[in-house]
Amino acid sequence: MREKILTFIEKNSRIDLKELAIVLGVDSATVLNELEAMEAEHIICGYHTLINWEKTGIEKVTAMIEVRVTPQRGMGFDKVAERIYNYPEVESVYLISGGFDFMVILEGRTLREVSQFVSEKLSPLESVLSTKTNFILKKYKDHGTIMAEPTRDERMKITP
Amino acid sequence: MRNPLSRTIVEIEPSGIRKFFDIVNEMEEAISLGVGEPDFDTPWHIREEGIYSLEKGRTFYTSNAGLKELKVEISKYLERKFGLSYDSDKEIIVTVGGSEAIDIAMRAMLDPGDEVIIPQPSFVCYPPCALLANGTPVIIELKAEKEFRLTAEELKAAVTSKSKLLVLPFPNNPTGSVMSRKDLEEIAEVVIENDLFVLSDEIYAELTYGEEPHVSIASLPGMRERTIVINGFSKAYAMTGWRLGYACGPGVILEQMLKIHQFAIMCAPTTSQYAAVEALKNGDKDIIRMREEYDGRRRYLLHRFREMGIPCFEPYGAFYMFPCISVFGLTSEEFAEKLLESEKVAVVPGTAFGRGGEGFIRVSYAYSLEDLKKALDRIEHFVNNLRK
Repeated sequence: MREKILTFIEKNSRIDLKELAIVLGVDSATVLNELEAMEAEHIICGYHTLINWEKTGIEKVTAMIEVRVTPQRGMGFDKVAERIYNYPEVESVYLISGGFDFMVILEGRTLREVSQFVSEKLSPLESVLSTKTNFILKKYKDHGTIMAEPTRDERMKITP
Repeated sequence: MRNPLSRTIVEIEPSGIRKFFDIVNEMEEAISLGVGEPDFDTPWHIREEGIYSLEKGRTFYTSNAGLKELKVEISKYLERKFGLSYDSDKEIIVTVGGSEAIDIAMRAMLDPGDEVIIPQPSFVCYPPCALLANGTPVIIELKAEKEFRLTAEELKAAVTSKSKLLVLPFPNNPTGSVMSRKDLEEIAEVVIENDLFVLSDEIYAELTYGEEPHVSIASLPGMRERTIVINGFSKAYAMTGWRLGYACGPGVILEQMLKIHQFAIMCAPTTSQYAAVEALKNGDKDIIRMREEYDGRRRYLLHRFREMGIPCFEPYGAFYMFPCISVFGLTSEEFAEKLLESEKVAVVPGTAFGRGGEGFIRVSYAYSLEDLKKALDRIEHFVNNLRK
């Protein structure tokens, strides 16, 4: 049941509780209990909105920064990650396999703001060995959603 | 000048509600619950394979019966899903949609005067196809009390000395009705007793909900040699526009069907055939994903109709609801026309699928939940006004 609820609300978190229960074929109380339990267990970590900022005219710059670090004795990567993810301008931090250690996703108003963060906050951290900043030029798909205009229903209106 | 037309074709009635369809199709602002095809796009990996086949220049005819690779995959698929076993060399023909398969099966099996038993409400093509094959359609009107399943009694009552072929259209368009194994066993008994053949149109087989999976009548003892199974890619893989279906059955019948196919069609579209190979090899998960989504909408729609006090049995197949609107004192066509006029919602009158559909409307749930919700709100508003 949990998987079904999660799969559904991952794509549509605004669905009415009663409707969700009907769609899943269970009673509302069950859905409500599961949702509350999963919120408490921090399985559901929030209900966010996917925004295509490009269309708003509001300037935003997103960078994906590859970071190489020296893990700290006894703490591994977690302690270093914590020092990075506590900055509010940091969107996401992932530990990555491959040529570098962290993928840090950063959002700022301008290129300058982002590069300033990298040079003044991120690079000077003691355990950071190197960074490589990649700016996002265009978002095609985010959170499983294609950013282009949804296509119109081109089916004939009535077919047997 | 002589009459250029064939009497047979002139006598076939065009669909009576053509006019209504034309109005709806031109009405830009109408919300339609009237389509008989999936709202999903063909899964990308399947489309990709079609594109790749074009890039590779695979733009030639295939052999008449279809690509060998595809027939092998169809054979494996039917075994895996329904426990049917067909020889990919002699017992499978790839056709232009399920429709062609229905047509050539009837042409291959009927002689003038042979009766074709057709349960209705059902898809519109069976009676015309029977007529074009010189057969005589004999209609069984399925009953709402039986949830539009075909019963052995009804079949027995329709059988005459001329009966040859039974069309078995389940899961059913427009009712959403399915036949359980037990239902089919009872039908099979009558079929064998009366030496009939069966054209089992299982195009919606993958869209079966509830506990019991789809059962093909061809998998019952003694039925394989009497049954042509029709299936295809349109509904299961959301591939309507690719026009690809297939027929499976005993070699003696398929051999004759192949002659018609060979002379009239040559072969099914090559691009579609390559895409279909990918569908069968790697598409099982797509079917599950789409089926689950339809299933949720099905529950939602059923709930809404019952909440509105409109009688509706729970359908376990296809993507249609068939609610009964006779309580409002309107015919199906009047109901559909008034609904379109006052709320701009299009549904299909039950009578489009045979006289037995009077008193019902077909509501398709091949739409997103949001669209369904919007349309259902309007229908609710409409019936509340009717009740005033």
